[in-house]
Amino acid sequence: MNPPIRVLVAKPGLDGHDRGAKVIARALRDAGMEVIYTGLRQTPEMIVTAALQEDVQVIGLSILSGAHNAIVPRVMDLLREKDMTDVKVIVGGIVPDEDAAALKQLGVAAVFQPGASLDAIVEFIRKSVLVAQP
Amino acid sequence: MAVAEKQHTTISGVPIEPLYGPEQLPGFDPQGQLARPGEFPYTRGIHQSMYRGRLWTMRQFSGFATPEETNRRYHYLLEQGQTGLSVAFDLPTLMGYDADHALSEGEVGKCGASISSLEDMEILFRGIPLGDVTVSMTINSPAAVLWAMYLAVAEQQGVDWKAVSGTLQNDILKEYIAQKEYIFPPRPSMRLVTDTIEFGTRHTPRFNPISISGYHIREAGSTAVQELAFTLRDGIEYVEWALERGLPIDEFAPRLSFFFNAHNDFFEEIAKYRAARKLWAYAMRDRFGAKEERSLKLRFHSQTAGCSLTWQQPYNNVVRTAVQALAAVLGGTQSLHTNSLDEAYALPSEQAVTIALRTQQILGYESGVTNTPDPLGGSYFVERMTLDTEQAALEYFRRIDEMGGMIAAIEKGFPQSEIANASYQYQRAVESREKLVVGVNAFQQEDQPIELLQIDQAAEAHQKTKLAALHARRDNGRVRKTLDTLRRAAEGTENTMPFILDAVRAYATLGEICDALREVFGSYQETAHV
Repeated sequence: MNPPIRVLVAKPGLDGHDRGAKVIARALRDAGMEVIYTGLRQTPEMIVTAALQEDVQVIGLSILSGAHNAIVPRVMDLLREKDMTDVKVIVGGIVPDEDAAALKQLGVAAVFQPGASLDAIVEFIRKSVLVAQP
Repeated sequence: MAVAEKQHTTISGVPIEPLYGPEQLPGFDPQGQLARPGEFPYTRGIHQSMYRGRLWTMRQFSGFATPEETNRRYHYLLEQGQTGLSVAFDLPTLMGYDADHALSEGEVGKCGASISSLEDMEILFRGIPLGDVTVSMTINSPAAVLWAMYLAVAEQQGVDWKAVSGTLQNDILKEYIAQKEYIFPPRPSMRLVTDTIEFGTRHTPRFNPISISGYHIREAGSTAVQELAFTLRDGIEYVEWALERGLPIDEFAPRLSFFFNAHNDFFEEIAKYRAARKLWAYAMRDRFGAKEERSLKLRFHSQTAGCSLTWQQPYNNVVRTAVQALAAVLGGTQSLHTNSLDEAYALPSEQAVTIALRTQQILGYESGVTNTPDPLGGSYFVERMTLDTEQAALEYFRRIDEMGGMIAAIEKGFPQSEIANASYQYQRAVESREKLVVGVNAFQQEDQPIELLQIDQAAEAHQKTKLAALHARRDNGRVRKTLDTLRRAAEGTENTMPFILDAVRAYATLGEICDALREVFGSYQETAHV
């Protein structure tokens, strides 16, 4: 059997609304994954460093403040710099469709908007990690 | 759908009986227990005639981009018949950072108006007479600083502080519990709150120095009972600190105000507001010995539930908001904010906010629900729910008292864990379709895009340019001096408000003032409770 999938759930930016991040962290944990929750106000640098140290396969970013266009590209750049492009990045929160498309262009694996189902998120992570490690 | 097998519960998970009648209210005494509107314990409302005398204040929370743009929106809202203003600040302002701070990048003006100095506050209220319009400000950790800016603008307008009227949110406890926009650790934060309560009691008799808020607790996923219990227990904590400061209860208690969520479950919400008034009246009288009637009366603002709005089929949000607003009105609210249909996407467009305001006007002027106070009083169901809500809240009071009060409970992570559990359970219930959300897990369809407010990307640059010019123009020696004096005051036990006012008048920025306080008080890091 494969070892459990390791996920870093991170809350970047100044926003403190952590309801979504905590619900997701718990749902992934209930689905058998190993979840590290960073807590609030993480810079892209802190997030990527934590992802490296914790050796995660997935980073989940929760952003509700509209700051995703400033934050996510920096995370993607840092992952490239550190040669960590195999880490899947998923974004959850209030991200308009056109921004979501642009983030995917940058290499974000998926953007989950309000109303997304927990099961769909769990399934997506399982599938994308399986594809990455045949 | 298999309705017959479904368990009937409120959105908070409280089971509901098949029918309510006199057997659900044994020994219920309408005279003694309930009394009339305007009479202790005010379950039926704080005024004898309620909305027959005066409607609630229609107060739409608003702020975005620069103070210039927000000022234009305020003039528009006042022209549309809105009767009070309510300022939304952006995240850097809420966290005590100037627009040019590294952590502010990408966040300036996104969630509210960007205010870094007195100059921005002057622009925000340009052409708005602060002696006539009541203004509510949603600001917490740096509330003392923003309030000082507001009072300085009133001063410039020649308005006597005794005449300024409005509300400062200034409720730091719910930040640790729910919204998480904190800067300093709990105890120095409580000292700042107490400073503002004391200052307000002396200088601004018509201003509410605090709005003790359940709104954000509920938005974080709590149940209705948790919202009620944690909010009122926070209120008790503020009262204890003010008493400790030596303020007589009846001097400050009449200016304490509250802020509740208006969520989807109609009767549960109405019961919550009715129980809130009763619980507070008893707590003030029996726990603190308040004598003045005004000290016993719980006055509250309400806002419809942002977290209930759906991204899917956004026009349905108009209907949700109308139902929630009706609950707040039937629950006896003193002022109300109705959310706009597009708020699951963005800050509201002018068109969307106008519909939200019209919703209140239709309730107030067309529906007839204002014709008599507490029209649901005496309903078997509503009275039973009111009593049950009260009992459940008292049980939380007891547990928090046992822990040594709200700060101790927060340090243990108690309210945080209770809310996280409730929010996860609710999400699971939505996932399993035990709870239906129209357009999300039932009755889905393809969505058409809607027009959204676009926040000008130039806002950040504009704010930074203004700030640079201010740094060059102001008397930097005077700024340093006022900040040094403030630091010394913060190290001691004096009331910090006069020192903050001096710094603000010298055009010290929000970031500079908060940094001075950070040096003395330190910063808070929470232990995350997942």
